[in-house]
Amino acid sequence: MHSDTYQIPAADMAVGIDIGSTTAKLVITEAGRILHQCYERHFSQVRQKTAEMLRQVQSLLLGRTFRAAISGSAGLGLAESAGIPFVQEVYATGEIVRQLEPETSAVIELGGEDAKIIFFQGGFDERMNGSCAGGTGAFIDQMATLLDVPVEDMDRLSQGHTRIYPIASRCGVFAKTDIQPLLNQGARKEDIVASIYQAVVNQTIAGLAQGRRIQGKVMFLGGPLYYSQGLRDRFAETLKLKPEEIISPPYALYAVAMGAAMYAARLQETFTYDSLLSAIENAGADRDQRDRLPPLFRDQAEYDAFAARHARATVPERDIASYEGDAWLGIDCGSTTTKLVLISRDRELLYTYYDSNRGNPVSIVREQLMTLYRLCGERIRICGAAVTGYGEELIKNAFHLDLGVVETVAHYTAARHFMPEVEFILDIGGQDIKCFRVKNGAIDTIMLNEACSSGCGSFIETFARSMGQSIEEFSKAGLFSRAPVNLGSRCTVFMNSSVKQSQKDGATVEDISAGLSVSVIKNAIYKVIRAGTADELGSHIVVQGGTFLNDAVLRAFEQELDRNVVRPSIAGLMGAYGAALRVMDRRESGLVSPAELEHFTHESRSAVCHGCTNQCHLTVNTFSGGRRFISGNQCQRALGLENSQESLPNLYEFKRQYLAALDSGSGRRGSIGLPLALGMYELLPLWHGIFRALDFTVLCSGPSSRRIYEKGQFSIPSDTACYPAKIMHGHIETLWEMGADRIFYPCLSYNVDEKKSDNHYNCPVVAYYSELLRGNIQSLNDGNFLYPYLNINDPKELARELYRYLKPFVPDLRKHEVRAAVRAGMEAYETYRNALRQEGRRALDVARSHGDRILILAGRPYHIDPEIGHGIDRLANSLGFAVVSEDSVFELAELPSVHVLNQWTYHARLYRAAHYAARHEDTELVQLVSFGCGVDAITTDEVRRILEKQGKLYTQIKIDEITNLGAVRIRLRSLLGALEERACGS
Amino acid sequence: MDPDYIAFTEEMKRDYTILVPNMLPMHFKMILEILGCYGYRMELLETTDRAISECGLKYVHNDTCYPAILVIGQFVTALQSGKYDPDKVALMLFQTGGGCRASNYIPLLRKALGRAGYPQVPVISFSFAGLEKHPGWHLTLPILRRMLHAVFYGDLLMLLSNQCKPYELEPGSTDALAAAWTHRIAEEMKQKKNVRRSAVRRTYRAILRDFAALPRSGEKKIRVGVVGEIFVKYSPLGNNNLEDFLLSEGAEVVVPGLLGFVMYSLYDNLMDTRLYKINKLKYPMWCLAYRFFRRREDEFIRCIREEGTFDPPRNFSETVSLREGYIGLGAKMGEGWLLTAEMLELSREGVKNIICTQPFGCLPNHICGKGMMRPIKEHNPDVNIVAIDYDAGATRVNQENRIKLMLSNARRQQDADAAAEERLIS
Repeated sequence: MHSDTYQIPAADMAVGIDIGSTTAKLVITEAGRILHQCYERHFSQVRQKTAEMLRQVQSLLLGRTFRAAISGSAGLGLAESAGIPFVQEVYATGEIVRQLEPETSAVIELGGEDAKIIFFQGGFDERMNGSCAGGTGAFIDQMATLLDVPVEDMDRLSQGHTRIYPIASRCGVFAKTDIQPLLNQGARKEDIVASIYQAVVNQTIAGLAQGRRIQGKVMFLGGPLYYSQGLRDRFAETLKLKPEEIISPPYALYAVAMGAAMYAARLQETFTYDSLLSAIENAGADRDQRDRLPPLFRDQAEYDAFAARHARATVPERDIASYEGDAWLGIDCGSTTTKLVLISRDRELLYTYYDSNRGNPVSIVREQLMTLYRLCGERIRICGAAVTGYGEELIKNAFHLDLGVVETVAHYTAARHFMPEVEFILDIGGQDIKCFRVKNGAIDTIMLNEACSSGCGSFIETFARSMGQSIEEFSKAGLFSRAPVNLGSRCTVFMNSSVKQSQKDGATVEDISAGLSVSVIKNAIYKVIRAGTADELGSHIVVQGGTFLNDAVLRAFEQELDRNVVRPSIAGLMGAYGAALRVMDRRESGLVSPAELEHFTHESRSAVCHGCTNQCHLTVNTFSGGRRFISGNQCQRALGLENSQESLPNLYEFKRQYLAALDSGSGRRGSIGLPLALGMYELLPLWHGIFRALDFTVLCSGPSSRRIYEKGQFSIPSDTACYPAKIMHGHIETLWEMGADRIFYPCLSYNVDEKKSDNHYNCPVVAYYSELLRGNIQSLNDGNFLYPYLNINDPKELARELYRYLKPFVPDLRKHEVRAAVRAGMEAYETYRNALRQEGRRALDVARSHGDRILILAGRPYHIDPEIGHGIDRLANSLGFAVVSEDSVFELAELPSVHVLNQWTYHARLYRAAHYAARHEDTELVQLVSFGCGVDAITTDEVRRILEKQGKLYTQIKIDEITNLGAVRIRLRSLLGALEERACGS
Repeated sequence: MDPDYIAFTEEMKRDYTILVPNMLPMHFKMILEILGCYGYRMELLETTDRAISECGLKYVHNDTCYPAILVIGQFVTALQSGKYDPDKVALMLFQTGGGCRASNYIPLLRKALGRAGYPQVPVISFSFAGLEKHPGWHLTLPILRRMLHAVFYGDLLMLLSNQCKPYELEPGSTDALAAAWTHRIAEEMKQKKNVRRSAVRRTYRAILRDFAALPRSGEKKIRVGVVGEIFVKYSPLGNNNLEDFLLSEGAEVVVPGLLGFVMYSLYDNLMDTRLYKINKLKYPMWCLAYRFFRRREDEFIRCIREEGTFDPPRNFSETVSLREGYIGLGAKMGEGWLLTAEMLELSREGVKNIICTQPFGCLPNHICGKGMMRPIKEHNPDVNIVAIDYDAGATRVNQENRIKLMLSNARRQQDADAAAEERLIS
């Protein structure tokens, strides 16, 4: 791809080297032309690869004097230690674009791990992805692995899409949580790939543009955008770009390197081929040893002893060819892998299977069943079959399995087989960490990784691939690393940049491999389990899950805890084994027959349910004979059934209906818009009452939807704020569309004083979000956006301040009018609170009289929003819980002794609601936590403590933009499973 | 709040060592020496190794803000080091009682101590909000008066160091001078006569002359302002030695002083009464205190201006007015409106390159920091602001890369300005 048409102003020879997170590029320019360019993956061997690329151009450089500069995120360290000039990569891009395409108004550049936007017109500005926004090229690679599609094919696939699924765009881990169930439900790969591209686009816009519109001529740079037409299309469509506004230059891969060459040309310092090469070759000699960990094994002998000890935890195998009689089947259809075991009456293993499900578990299970039937012949009779894992329902329906087992229960059953006195089970799979404590023979505490710290096992695997190694080679390499790098214990995106740092410091692949194993373990212990000391885990620990088959990970765990643990030889098959053990009481199985399997077909298509306003995205699976299995639904309506749980109380629904019933009326003073988000969910009756009484038409933006969020996405300045706050921007846009004359959302440092806490603040985001809205949404100004600082606990003061504030807008406003309006508003708010109290009590009574379990779904008032709460309340109903909200029952309990500064109104309610659950046998509490809610880092521990003091289970669900309920369902079912086990135990 | 917290008693005052985390080295050293004169055995924790954040992650919820993880990690590692007798040591933390979660650092520290096996160690809340009572801990008027001076002296030394260090001809001379003065001031304040206003003014001038006499080069360096969450802004442990990094990149660092934050905290009390008509009884007292601070501040600034060599800071009342049209004075959680105002102040002082530091996921900074960047840039197009998040998992490479980008742009601007100036001259 040589070209000499660019007008690069450098006359003398210059070398520009761009070392990104995954690739290295080298460009040589002279007399305004490009003499040479090359582009290669560096597999983290930064120094060697650069030297190698330089040697390839020896003939061009030998005997010449030239200038040189290095750029790129992984180039900084090399440049520093080699003493070669460095230029920041965004800066380099700016140089070249200004030169070659001066018309450009914005550049979007996606690299291996970086995303950047550079604005050239309307004020020069450069944005790089923050520490949270996931890598983009690396993210697409990771998704390709997940889909089992070569990266090169993704582009082609995306062009055949017919629909876009909503996929969380914050970072790779979240997106995976969304994609996996789509795969398991059999959604089309074409659609998924296009949806992944869309997620990248959304992420770039939300994370980088931050309130600035991308318009005019837009240039696309970097590998992913260069190679993928489909990705460019998504950008073009989302940004509404006309074809002539898109610049996709042939040098998209080399822009940074060219910019570096241009920068170099202006420098004084010159190099020769030999001086440059030797500078690079001799760089990085002085290794940084600061951030290193002790080795996993001191020597081979220590490893051998370790291996021998773990070899003892095995399940006997039995030759399937000679066995005769009864057998039981267990299937674990996990998020990335499918596992299968067949066991004998003595619980020996007759057959096992473990492999990636390659995005289509149904066909894999079908193949496996056919293989099994062939092996069993007439000698072996399958008496029972059970399935567990993400794909549980799909597989159960497809093949008529006898039993579906909740994952946690399956794993506990298997662990108990190896260690009857087991106290703690830790399972690290490809996608998730599960761990549970066992007390008195029942599961006591369940902890699943929140969406942000997952990615454990598959992260190591993806990383191994990026280094050009298999997972086995890669993890083996780490065993004998002398100095594993310390990569911290945060989410995988952070780890990626920690790896970058350690490469800069000269770490080897061995050191990185060992370091990653330690990181996975630290993530599990300190982020998921959140244990301070090993003693908190007890002395009988079983570890399992595919990731623990990796000896380096196992060793890191033992080292971190400073104690030995049991890893069953079938660590990867424990779910399947547990499922099989669970179904051993069956004598007769309904499993599909060999004949049926022969003619088995499976098709899936997507649809939208129109049963209610929720508009669930459904996946309809059709099996041979026209049998159907529908997933993606939040209630039973899509299945053609009327809601059988209609009778179960749901306070979330009650609140939604109550707020929806507040009429807008028609007032003579024009219309005022109330955005239904954040604190408005609590105080809508108050403000609505006041403005109705003042004779305004009151427009409420109504419940949120994904579409509302997207409407306002463009003006969000801080991407790491919580979803309930970010969605506010869309509500403002909605209110303008509804024709509101003005919008009202006050600043409230102090919330309602409910007298039981140390103070009654709002959190900073709820309190002052209007300040942010005013500063970042262009359509808002001091004439149309009303955001006074108000004291809602003092009616007189509230009336006075409102009068003062509103008078300039409403010249005929009278003081007594406002006083009366405030009284009316306060009354309306009290009426609402009373209705809530009454309905809460009624719900408790109804549930108790029917013997239903009661679930306090405890969050904040705004968690009732269907888009923010994702219908978790209905899901809980469908599992048989009567659902009440924290604000409907907290007054039934006193404030327990709280060990934190109890200074926020909403959170004070949590503690009391938890106290209520703690004291009632039939009541459970599940806490909803928004991603990014800093305050909940404090409340969750405290709520847990209040519950656990009384021996109750604590369950936390972290919610963000995630749209799939699969993981939530598992949590709630695990809770149910644990409750049942407990009931049986006692 | 936990009703059963362990109070710091009169008896403990006799032989307990009180540990304090380091945030602002010069200020804190002086304050601790002053407290030492009143019978408290104080010790500043100056450890910086990586074990601190690891330990913090072990004992604090990992989603808690980074300063809490660091401060608590630093305390627990100190206790575990064996250097202190756990039965003869107390810990001290500052607590504002505002609506930010930082007010919960003390309960979080107590929880961590319990888990780490030191439930007996008392934690003293250094607070003006009166959240807790500790019989052995009295902030008497003489102590407060000296502390107040320490804030001014600390600010002065920090201001002068920042203006001298990038230009010093003899490496290390600025730090040596600042250290000498820190020590000397603490010594002098033991005597009552040195706390008088006239004596303080004399000392200000002596310090100013000493620094003015430091041999410095006259080259022009890029000035970079650092604002943000108070701990990561000031503490080298919290911001990965940001100041040293900026110096090594050839920049002059401009950091607003501690006085601004103190006055902002005072001002919040005034605003509570003005906006919400609450705490009316205390209002006159806060007004008096505010006026007192303003007079001291005027003197302080006048001394710097009159000595002539160095750029004085702005009056707080000017800072207050700068944020008008951007953010309301009611936004009082965390650094609140002060953060916005400080960015605007820097811009007005000609410091066009600003780093806004915050712990990852800092709630108030969503609004007052990141949320205000767009309007600030809109009205001040020549300002270059970069937001840097600090966190146990965030790496230096990413942080430094972003700062380097900012500096590259600043240099280009500087070159362009210089060229324009040359054209003008010729």
